[in-house]
Amino acid sequence: MTLDPVTLAVLNGRLEQIVDEMDATLFRSAFNPIIAEAHDASHGIYHRDSGETLAQGKSGLPIFVGAMAFAVQTVIAKAERDGDLADGDVYIFNDPWDGGTHLSDFRLVRPVFRDSQVFCWLASVGHWHDVGGAVPGNYNPAATEAFQEGFVCPPVKLFRAGAYQPDITAMLEANSRLPISLYGDMNAQINALDLGVQRLSGLLDEYGDAVVEEALTALRDRADKLMRAEIKDLPDGVYESEDFMDNDGVIDAPLKLRLKLTVAGERMTLDFTGSAESCLGPINISRATTHAACYVAMKHVFDEIPANAGAMAPIDVIIPDGSILAAEAPKPVGGYTETILRLIDLVFQAMAGAAPERANGCAYGTINALSIAGRRSGSGAPWVMFSFFGGGHGGSEESDGLQHGNAPISTATIPPLEILEAAYPVAFRQWALRPDSGGAGEHRGGLGAIYEIELLEESAEAFLFGERGRTAPPGILGGKSAALNRFAFDTEAGRGAGEPPMASKIVGVEMKRGMRLRLETPGGGGYGPPEKRAKAAIAADIAAGYVSEAAAAADYGSADE
Amino acid sequence: MSGWIVGVDVGGTFTDIFAVNEATGQVITAKTPSTPADQSVGFLNGLAAVAPIPEIDAVVHGTTVGTNALLERKGARTGVIATEGFRDVLEMRRRDRPRTWGLRGVFKPVAERQDRMEAPERTLASGEIERPVDVDAVREAAKQLADAGCEAVAIAFVNAYANPENERRARDAVAEVWPNAHITAATDILPEIREFERTSTATLNAYLQPAMGRYLRRLGQALEAGAANLLIVQSNGGLMTAEEASRAPIRTALSGPAAGVVAARAVGLAAGFENVIACDMGGTSFDVSLIAGGRTALASETSIDFGMVARAPMVEITTIGAGGGSIAWVDAGGMLRIGPESAGADPGPVAYGKGGERPTVTDANVVLGRINPESPIGGEISRLDVEGAAKALEKAVGAPLGMDATAAAEAVIRVANARMAGAIRLASIERGHDPARFIAMPFGGGGALHAGALIREVGLAGALSPRYPGVLSALGAGIADMRRDYVQTINRPLEAIDPKTLSHQIDEFWQAGLKALSGAGVPLTAKRAELELDMHYQGQTHAIAVPVAGGENPKDWRLAQDAIQSAFEDSYRAAYGRLLDGPAIRVMNLRLAVIGARPPFDLARLKPDGGDKAAAARGQRKLFADGAWHDADVYARLELPVGAEILGPAVLEQPDATIYVDPGLTARVDALGNVLLQPSA
Repeated sequence: MTLDPVTLAVLNGRLEQIVDEMDATLFRSAFNPIIAEAHDASHGIYHRDSGETLAQGKSGLPIFVGAMAFAVQTVIAKAERDGDLADGDVYIFNDPWDGGTHLSDFRLVRPVFRDSQVFCWLASVGHWHDVGGAVPGNYNPAATEAFQEGFVCPPVKLFRAGAYQPDITAMLEANSRLPISLYGDMNAQINALDLGVQRLSGLLDEYGDAVVEEALTALRDRADKLMRAEIKDLPDGVYESEDFMDNDGVIDAPLKLRLKLTVAGERMTLDFTGSAESCLGPINISRATTHAACYVAMKHVFDEIPANAGAMAPIDVIIPDGSILAAEAPKPVGGYTETILRLIDLVFQAMAGAAPERANGCAYGTINALSIAGRRSGSGAPWVMFSFFGGGHGGSEESDGLQHGNAPISTATIPPLEILEAAYPVAFRQWALRPDSGGAGEHRGGLGAIYEIELLEESAEAFLFGERGRTAPPGILGGKSAALNRFAFDTEAGRGAGEPPMASKIVGVEMKRGMRLRLETPGGGGYGPPEKRAKAAIAADIAAGYVSEAAAAADYGSADE
Repeated sequence: MSGWIVGVDVGGTFTDIFAVNEATGQVITAKTPSTPADQSVGFLNGLAAVAPIPEIDAVVHGTTVGTNALLERKGARTGVIATEGFRDVLEMRRRDRPRTWGLRGVFKPVAERQDRMEAPERTLASGEIERPVDVDAVREAAKQLADAGCEAVAIAFVNAYANPENERRARDAVAEVWPNAHITAATDILPEIREFERTSTATLNAYLQPAMGRYLRRLGQALEAGAANLLIVQSNGGLMTAEEASRAPIRTALSGPAAGVVAARAVGLAAGFENVIACDMGGTSFDVSLIAGGRTALASETSIDFGMVARAPMVEITTIGAGGGSIAWVDAGGMLRIGPESAGADPGPVAYGKGGERPTVTDANVVLGRINPESPIGGEISRLDVEGAAKALEKAVGAPLGMDATAAAEAVIRVANARMAGAIRLASIERGHDPARFIAMPFGGGGALHAGALIREVGLAGALSPRYPGVLSALGAGIADMRRDYVQTINRPLEAIDPKTLSHQIDEFWQAGLKALSGAGVPLTAKRAELELDMHYQGQTHAIAVPVAGGENPKDWRLAQDAIQSAFEDSYRAAYGRLLDGPAIRVMNLRLAVIGARPPFDLARLKPDGGDKAAAARGQRKLFADGAWHDADVYARLELPVGAEILGPAVLEQPDATIYVDPGLTARVDALGNVLLQPSA
């Protein structure tokens, strides 16, 4: 039996709707803003045996699209070893070496049973606010072992055949600084899985298991076929790029990442041989994460390809053993976001050679995880303000880059400053675009931002995990680099007198009432040579104050010749 | 009172008129060509078709002037005055991007950066004024903006929702030097937390003020010959005065569609259906709105375009890009797709013979015999090109999928129906509603071609085609209630809410609302208020809208904490399934709607006068459905008598719409002249 194309199109829409609805349910009912506002979460449907991604919600964090398959595979292996899988089981875990990403991301994985057999798996992942470790919010730039980043939870059953296991929750809550937030987020993820099972069962009842299964296979094959067609259109050849991480947060030395991208007919190889050895600090990533990052990069370049495992079928990824891109337990991986952003930059730079019309100048390239933590005077209640900050996107063939966008690995929005000020004892003194931060080019990189934050309480400590403080986001095809990331804090010596020894990573900045932190984020890299930029565009940039006259003169020569 | 109440809906092609004479009971419907360059010309032509202006009591208007100015970015040059350090809030948005995949696209705010000024001032989240506003600096900034050529200005200060004093002082200072009335203080139209959404809404409001003001002034002057009141439909379906609309034009962003939903609700209720899914099928999109238990679902925010966020109460519309003009194609992976590209009005579908070469949903309907090729809607073209449509379908869809033209047409309709069904599911099932309890109400020219299929796809109870689907929005304008909406951010735990303070705030809004309603000069039969609180568990960032109380006597409302808590728990359980044990409950915003009911309009006035089924018959036509050709009966819909029943497959035609009755469905003309489609018994 082959499925007719019309039923396939109909089922494609229905499956997408189910995973999108799971996303929406979690975002609306989650507790912590990293899920609710920043959408650092994801849901999908996964293959019964292989764990491959079959369908994935559109609004979740893109990096999870690739990573979740590894998480489901981990559970499949565990269930096979234990031999006790039952309908109504829900596994929970955060092990990043097998499941990808970092300890903050809790995965709930649940089998969908039909006629006493597993039909497929559903999974929900969300970034929890605090999972213990040395630093509130878990971005510990000085960690040398995962144990300093948070507690490790292997796959265990949160529900056994439908029966809730409160002991597991108690164990998790006892290890978090913010147990209520943890409890709320976990419940929201359970709701999302319940909803997914309900909706999927409805669809299976309506169309029959065999038809839906066939559709899932056909959709995977279709993504494979579409990706092959895209690769075939690229000129065969080898395209290379290299870029650097500032440091690993422990030893202040740059770490090189290398990519050799080979196009040969319908296949592509991404070879990371030559990248740095695994490091002491927390910017290692696991193999699962590296695969997931490649997937995100490809989806940005070939944005029409459907989000399932078929998209990566024609692409081979070579990851050298022992490298920073193949970390094993208990290597710290808390800063995985920074490393995968760099992998995406590598792909964009290599792609500039293979398909200039599809490539972008590099985006700002760091999430700048900033947390400020303290206790309320009077009540003594602990508080942790934790957020990621924005920057510019790179120019493209089509236009200048977006000003103040979100990181390519996420669709996160930033919380309103009024929400932050209402919840935490801080006042923003500036929330502005950062002039001269976008790389010059025929199409300029978008601007990064300036955020200045003042403490309104007696005392607090601040932590920053960022990158691009030493190597700026590069432009492509002759476009220039953006500005470096910059972080400064007040000390007894004066306003902005303190700067992190590791450029954009620091633990435990002591703050007193009235002291400020100032974060200036990079813009995006330029696209094409600055000489080709239209004079009117340069003049408009100066008039708006996006580019200073001095910078315009240096980058473009005079605007009014 | 000489009696005429006239509803006017200005669309892209036609200006629709629905007029009712309160004294005589007479009803007039009319269509005149729209005049896009100056909509007031077509508007006044339409009025002339009803009665001389002195005989008109009130004109109620669903307007697209604001919508179009936003979509086409044709508002005024607008300045912004912000708190020092925050002039870029508008341009920085919430740090989003246009699309998940592919880092393309830019954002151009309606106020350019050089037109965004800053003034020294600061209010903290607690409401404490840390730094009083420097009014001299504000005046200076305003002067600079006016000198630079700005026609409108928005003032938006950080945390002004918690204490608007600085912002109000700044507004008054601006008014001293600003050359016109186009000044928007953000908290005057939206005293709600979230600085970007508030600043954006205020800036878009200012951006629209000059154009809306000019337009309404022209209409007002023309109407002044009589004593007619001019009322405007807001995005939430309530009416406001023209003067209020000139001050708060952002509230008209969805004025036109909202009027249609008002009518859908009224027609549904009159026909005995309190659960209605209003479906508007246009050329490029399919818009769905939900009315559950007689209540229209409202949304609190919309994005007109990437980054153009407006927060104001409005009908919730779920839109998908699948309309009659949506193009059908097969992608590189061999999947049949509909849209998002559209043939639009020009060149239009292949069958229109105006140069369109790519097949559309309309072409598929033509090939399947569901649209009469001899008398196309609109009257512009005399005959549709059925063969051309078939060839285009065969080439673009049939060949790659191995189908003939007919099978390709049916496939296109199936996929289009599935997409529309998806939109209905989004609006109903995903909001916790059971579709089996709803009927679809198609309006717009093509909706009733697909209504039957939607019954099957989604499991709806039926579909109801109103007697005059083409003037539904004008009818809605004619019968809508007056409404004023108030919001105030509270942001306190429930346990710290004092019922007396709450009552006081509600009474303040209620009195203001009563004053506004009585100032409109329109006869009202009753006045009532509806209270909603936006609430969540402490720690969550999203809130749910909790209906807490409603009725004619807000003073009598019981607002004790336990009553509010149980209302919250009911709403939370309905939305998410399980309550949480432990976290405190928090009240974010208070929303009060003050509604003035206008005298009811008896829809039975529109019912058929006599009629005869046999005389309404127009013979048979070949029609393809469920894999086979049928001889389908064709009827002139408006000539059918009350109670007439017709078994599918059949087609009911009227000048501005076509109803396709699928095999297995029965169409029945109800007592009001609507056609109800339901599965045959």
